[in-house]
Amino acid sequence: MTEQTVKVSIRNLYKIFGEDPQGALAKVRDGMSKPDLLDQTGHVLGLQDINVDMHEGKITVIMGLSGSGKSTLIRHLNRLIEPTAGEVLVNGEDILAWNDAQMRSLRRETMSMVFQKFALLPHRTVLENAGMALATRGIAREDYEAEARKWLARVGLEGQDEQYPHQLSGGMQQRVGIARALASNSDIMLMDEAFSALDPLIRTDMQDLLLELQEELHKTIIFITHDLDEALKLADHLVILKDGAVVQQDEPQQILLTPSDPYIEEFVADINRARVLRVRSIMSREAPEGEVAGDVAPGDNLESVIAKAGGEADRVFRVTRGDEVLGHVSMVQVLRALVPRQAAA
Amino acid sequence: MATYDGLFDGLGLRDWCDTEAADGPMSMADLLAKTQGGGDAATSLRDLPFPSLDALHDACAAIPQSRDLTQGLETGFLGIRDALRVVVDPLTQPLSWALENMLWLMTQTPWWVMVPVLLLVTWAVARSWKVVGFVALMIAGLAFVDHYEVAMQTLAIIFVCAFICVLLGVPIGIAMSRSDRLQGILTPVLDMLQTLPPFVYLIPLIFLFSVTEPKLYGIAVILYAIVPVVRLTNLGIRLVDPDVIEAADAFGMTKRQKLFGVQIPLALPNIMAGVNQTIMMSLAMVVIASMVSAPGLGILVLRGIRNLELGVGLVAGLGIVVLAIALDRVTKAALARIDASQSSR
Repeated sequence: MTEQTVKVSIRNLYKIFGEDPQGALAKVRDGMSKPDLLDQTGHVLGLQDINVDMHEGKITVIMGLSGSGKSTLIRHLNRLIEPTAGEVLVNGEDILAWNDAQMRSLRRETMSMVFQKFALLPHRTVLENAGMALATRGIAREDYEAEARKWLARVGLEGQDEQYPHQLSGGMQQRVGIARALASNSDIMLMDEAFSALDPLIRTDMQDLLLELQEELHKTIIFITHDLDEALKLADHLVILKDGAVVQQDEPQQILLTPSDPYIEEFVADINRARVLRVRSIMSREAPEGEVAGDVAPGDNLESVIAKAGGEADRVFRVTRGDEVLGHVSMVQVLRALVPRQAAA
Repeated sequence: MATYDGLFDGLGLRDWCDTEAADGPMSMADLLAKTQGGGDAATSLRDLPFPSLDALHDACAAIPQSRDLTQGLETGFLGIRDALRVVVDPLTQPLSWALENMLWLMTQTPWWVMVPVLLLVTWAVARSWKVVGFVALMIAGLAFVDHYEVAMQTLAIIFVCAFICVLLGVPIGIAMSRSDRLQGILTPVLDMLQTLPPFVYLIPLIFLFSVTEPKLYGIAVILYAIVPVVRLTNLGIRLVDPDVIEAADAFGMTKRQKLFGVQIPLALPNIMAGVNQTIMMSLAMVVIASMVSAPGLGILVLRGIRNLELGVGLVAGLGIVVLAIALDRVTKAALARIDASQSSR
């Protein structure tokens, strides 16, 4: 993968909750563990030495179970929560040094946020909610209306302008939430478990909508989730968080193929690997023996390759993008990749 | 010989006690004891008095009597009275003018102008023909038994006092909601205002102002009735969904934008409930206030009690009930209107 611009970067970030975070920080730096810290000092170690780069135009997914500190982490990016130590760089600038006015303009113009519980203004119409970011900047209603309406239409909410949020279903409310974030025209979108409160079918719809929008808009999206399937579907870069520390971060395919520790192995064990893994992650450069049975694309998942082989285990496929031959993949490779590493070992 | 003589002798305080021996006026108990010729009979343990100020005074003249406490309060208050008057008098003068003018306006306007105006106000607030009809019926009923003028006087006092309560109470409530310290200071004050028997307000006020001044009862009514609107404004703002507040922060709203665009609108149902309670409580206080020259239905109730005129007292009392029901229905209708337009769930 080529190097892209780093849009948002977190450096050595610590967050400790309690009376005297600085004192507790020194203890953590000396190697005290999270349970010991809680036992001996009553401080909760929220985040521990987080280093993550978020690339421009990519979706960075931060995944972890509840209590892993993921929601705390995303709130550091727009300083809804202040860190105990560390740096948060946006476009290369450390925003922790910024004053209130600078932070307000960052929140108004550079970063927008989508919330798990939608957090729409219940006393404003859908249109006014969508235009909230613009209205906050002091733009008059007649001037932001067109922009708000455009984004509402883009997320599939035409003609609902004058409804109030409580008149809409959960999925529709979250569409308003997304329209609100998009209408602010910010480069960076923070999505805090944005789809977790929705039922599975709607959630899939919303994920597709997000990917479709991303195809077109290329925002820098930081997405929080506790759902591995969702994470694998959306992520360009996946960060797995456990007890406030990063366990592994990589391209999702790589995490699946080479989990770095037992925690992640266990985590990925229940995943439908055939659907998630792509040909490009397992193909080999040189052609194996055997006749080439057909062409597949690098982005195809293994499920479709198996379908193409009709279940026969001795087929070999050529991987092509346009006219260019990128490599080959054999059914043996495919089947091997379907077995999680832990079981294979 | 008093019970606690031994105590002071034992502590070697006898000299100190006797230097103050200049006898004050005797208490009733002393007089009784003297006339019964007793006094030096040894008290049995059964009759041991609580070591109160009076009992200790018997043994040691340097200890003040309880009546000195009440006396001291009174002289203390009289001492600062003039200074207090210089400050409070001009500050509260507008209240007198407002009450006088409102009373004049509402009693001097011909009924065929006043009643339609009141009904129009009802319509503006409640937007319900049912409520307007109900209020018309209530006013007609009162006017039919020749209580129109006194009812208008009572209404005038309530309008002025409730308006000032809202004017002062809402900002105080907002300030309380923003500062836990202020809430800690004001909560006991509000508790005291609410539980102090209403008559007790009147006592220092009578010393401070002349009984003929309308502000005397105006202040009493306001002090008594302001509590619910302060409390419910504070509560309403504190109860605003923290998720929505977080969203407002995340989109870079200023404190001001948050207060007027989010917190007050969302707290409005609670604030209105507070206004409703404030109006009800000022109505209750208006009767007591007639003891210090507040005109209106309360005067008739008072006459009923003083002269044992059963009919007069009952009709005026029921008149107050009628006014209370009308005011309650109107404000409740306004509350329901707000609720319907922004039910958040």
